[in-house]
Amino acid sequence: MSTDAVLYDHPGPRAKARNRILTVAFGVLLLALLYWIYRKFDEKGQWAAALWKPFTQSSTWTDYILPGLLHTLEAAAVAAALSLVFGVIFAVGRLSDHWWVRVPAGAVVEFFRAVPLLLMMFFIFFGVPYLTEKPMSIFWAVVIGLTLYNGSVLAEAFRAGVKSVPAGQSEAAYAIGMRKGQVMGHILIPQAARAMLPVIVSQLVVLVKDTALGYIISYNELLQLGVNNVAANFGNVVQAAIVAAIIYIAVNSLLTSFAGWLSRRTRRSGKAPRATGRGVIMGATDPGMGGGGGAV
Amino acid sequence: MDVFSDPLNREVYLTGFLWILKLTLAGGVGALLLGVLLAAMRVSPVPVLRAFGTAWVNIFRNTPLTLIIFFCYFGLFSTLGVAFSDDIDLNNFWLGVTGLAVYTAAFVCEAIRSGINTVPAGQAEAARAIGMTFRQTLTMIILPQAGRAVIAPLGSIIIALCKNATIVGTIGLMESSNAMKQLINENGDAVVPIFLVFAGTFAIVLIPTGYAFGWLANRLAVKR
Repeated sequence: MSTDAVLYDHPGPRAKARNRILTVAFGVLLLALLYWIYRKFDEKGQWAAALWKPFTQSSTWTDYILPGLLHTLEAAAVAAALSLVFGVIFAVGRLSDHWWVRVPAGAVVEFFRAVPLLLMMFFIFFGVPYLTEKPMSIFWAVVIGLTLYNGSVLAEAFRAGVKSVPAGQSEAAYAIGMRKGQVMGHILIPQAARAMLPVIVSQLVVLVKDTALGYIISYNELLQLGVNNVAANFGNVVQAAIVAAIIYIAVNSLLTSFAGWLSRRTRRSGKAPRATGRGVIMGATDPGMGGGGGAV
Repeated sequence: MDVFSDPLNREVYLTGFLWILKLTLAGGVGALLLGVLLAAMRVSPVPVLRAFGTAWVNIFRNTPLTLIIFFCYFGLFSTLGVAFSDDIDLNNFWLGVTGLAVYTAAFVCEAIRSGINTVPAGQAEAARAIGMTFRQTLTMIILPQAGRAVIAPLGSIIIALCKNATIVGTIGLMESSNAMKQLINENGDAVVPIFLVFAGTFAIVLIPTGYAFGWLANRLAVKR
């Protein structure tokens, strides 16, 4: 059901008047809230030019924000590549005919999906050095944590994708004499990957958002450099947080619309099997919750 | 397991998970109420309400929760002077609940909106044909049917909320992940058991919860 104008009649004169009143009332309420925020900011001197000026200087961007953004994207990109590999391996593992492959793979995926990412990162960063007696690289602590969590989420998505390929495909492949590995590698995974492409891209949004957890273990990403360090130098934590939020929203909106474009493209051809499974109702291109969350 | 025979350490563990439980419950209630309200806004006949709902979803869904929680503390509390309690922990708790609810509501809103899309158009048309208003159509016809379709995604959202509650530790609440960090730093010889207990607690609670929501969703699914 398309939501526009199915739920209500075309507005007549009375409905139009009521809608206008609602518009004005809500608008006034919203403006009052904005004014209150403005006043409070004003009281605390948050509109002072000195607090906003750093963002017009190129050194703030080249010294803090851009390197921070670069580190954020770097961790997200490396983790994305690794979680794809992790996801494919464990999805195939869970679909295996041998119980001694299927059960451990399932346990690993379920476990890492259930453990909060922050807990995982704390263990990798603070706990693992006690075991290896070597300091842990912050970058790898972030990336490994992200990989284990997002890889598990992707594994579930891939599994759903492989299951959504019509049974006739694998039956036909077996009929012409392909072996199990060939059926999986040549027939099922390529088709599943195509159906799952939008999900993979929207999982990237989760990855970008989750790199912000690296801030908590002081990885030099956008929050650490662009908010913490900028605020330490200029005393403008609120302003820096607003700028960082805008950057995150821009990057993630781009990724979301890319995922939407991909999904429309694959749908138009009508050949790729549709995504099914638990996440289907959320819409394949919705960015997940992340933060050790994940709404897939 | 020697670590947890010390009552002090058990206390740290229990306090940590008690905070998570409280954050999940309070944040969940807040997110559900706010999310339903936002979803109603997004399908309403008033353009300003629709725009507000859309803006909310696009802003909060694309911002890291860490930053939102951070903002709740430095923006809402330090700058705007919104304080919930004189007790530091309790104040941080409610700031955390605010952040979690605001963030999660965006996902609840989208889940409900896609739930509304699963209700056949004929239902709304029939409701309008017998003269129901927008509010009546939404609350008596559409939402009850959509509600059954969104059990599975809402379940995933609640589970994610529970895991996300650990992020409130950023503003100093001694929730489970900070509790684990403290125990690890005090007991370097028992890192693995500590991690297994903390991670295991989440796994033991959340994996069955996931299956329970799946079962419930199947049971309540509208057969069409």
